[in-house]
Amino acid sequence: MTWNRKHLLDIESLSVEEINTVLDTARAFKAVGERAIKKVPALRGKTVVNLFVEPSTRTRISFELSEQRLSADIINFTAEASSLKKGETLKDTARNLEALNADFIVIRHSASGAPHFLARVINASVINAGDGAHEHPTQALLDMFTIRERKGHISGLNVTILGDILYSRVARSDIWALTKLGANVTLCGPSTLVPRDFERMGCRVTYDVEEAIREADIINLLRIQHERQRKTMFPSLGEYSSFFGLNKARLALTKPDVLIMHPGPINRGVEIDSEIADCARSVILQQVTNGLAVRMAVLFLVNGGKGPQGVAG
Amino acid sequence: MPESTVILNDAAIQRAVVRIAHEIAERNEVSQDVAMVGVQRGGVPLAERLSRVLAGIWGHPVPAGKLDVSMHRDDLDRRIAPDVHPTVIPFDITGKTVVLVDDVLFNGRTVRAAMDALNDFGRPKSIQLAVLVDRGHRELPIKADFVGKNVPTSHTETIRVVLDEAGRTDEVVLEKP
Repeated sequence: MTWNRKHLLDIESLSVEEINTVLDTARAFKAVGERAIKKVPALRGKTVVNLFVEPSTRTRISFELSEQRLSADIINFTAEASSLKKGETLKDTARNLEALNADFIVIRHSASGAPHFLARVINASVINAGDGAHEHPTQALLDMFTIRERKGHISGLNVTILGDILYSRVARSDIWALTKLGANVTLCGPSTLVPRDFERMGCRVTYDVEEAIREADIINLLRIQHERQRKTMFPSLGEYSSFFGLNKARLALTKPDVLIMHPGPINRGVEIDSEIADCARSVILQQVTNGLAVRMAVLFLVNGGKGPQGVAG
Repeated sequence: MPESTVILNDAAIQRAVVRIAHEIAERNEVSQDVAMVGVQRGGVPLAERLSRVLAGIWGHPVPAGKLDVSMHRDDLDRRIAPDVHPTVIPFDITGKTVVLVDDVLFNGRTVRAAMDALNDFGRPKSIQLAVLVDRGHRELPIKADFVGKNVPTSHTETIRVVLDEAGRTDEVVLEKP
């Protein structure tokens, strides 16, 4: 296996081997979560700072629990209750955290590239927990893990990503990961939110939702990101739901073994009908469970990447 | 060009496994309470073989599990993250005599990590250690109960164990740099 990286900043720069290393490692960490004692000492004595400059609940909780299960010490730093509100720059905040001897910084930031910037100015390992509309690498890795777990492979699968692509960092990270791993990616949604530009990333763009889902092995639904949309990109949520929401009639057109995925939080009745979110084909909650395993694997791997290499055990 | 010497061939490995199994049987009178746990990866095929031979001696199945110790190592921040393999222990180890099985015993750190990892699964009545090769250079107060072969080595030499690999003959090779 191959992993020499100190940081996890994006999927774009990862090789197929590196992605597979994370997925293979995560499998072992998933088993840890199923034991009576769900904790291992891999990061004992290490300090992790969760620097969430943009609000997040599920990703922060998932990282926090992953860190606890690796026996790390944790500092949580959120935008609302921090010096960032008092005018401190990101660089100064990070330097201060480093002065506390933080070994890892998990950062969520509304500005694309913030994690890359941090990685350049400090010595700690940086893990991107979502930067603007750029990338959300651990979400893509847990999506790949979930697909591989349920389908056995990723190569050759038809994956349709449906919804707000333009403002979605999850979409970008998923597209990078899926195309690297050999899936056929179709993007669909309102044309204002699914620019043709994305074809340059190696996917197909269509505005016909029925066509987009008919041959899909995976349908990944994305939430409409109200908070990122500066102007109205479509008339109303009701209209979005009737044109692009996954309802029973549309689900009836799909393959019987299609998997429904969603990074959460779901908006029942908007992008997905309530019964579909809870049906057997939905793996939304498995994604949450797998998120822990993948984040443990990422922390474990970047920890190893820091030392002198090739020390025999 | 590294110089390599075969220190155990196919037949010698099998003799060593059978002998270790008999020693385990002699040492443990209550055979129902004994389970094998192989350390990933080299210890796993060895534990499975010991379990088969012991089942023949005792006349009942002997459980065998596999244990990955990478999350419990003490050198994680000093090296590239190790490959993590599955841990599968399909039986309760509490109250059992667990025979930890590894291919090569060197500095003893893997065994320490294995004992810690095992603790997360229960509290064995006792833990014994079986290894195919003991090459010396212990850094911790750890000693094997059952040894296939003692091989004096220098730090720069490596021991390569081939066991149950498709298309290859079993052997243990000492390689000098």
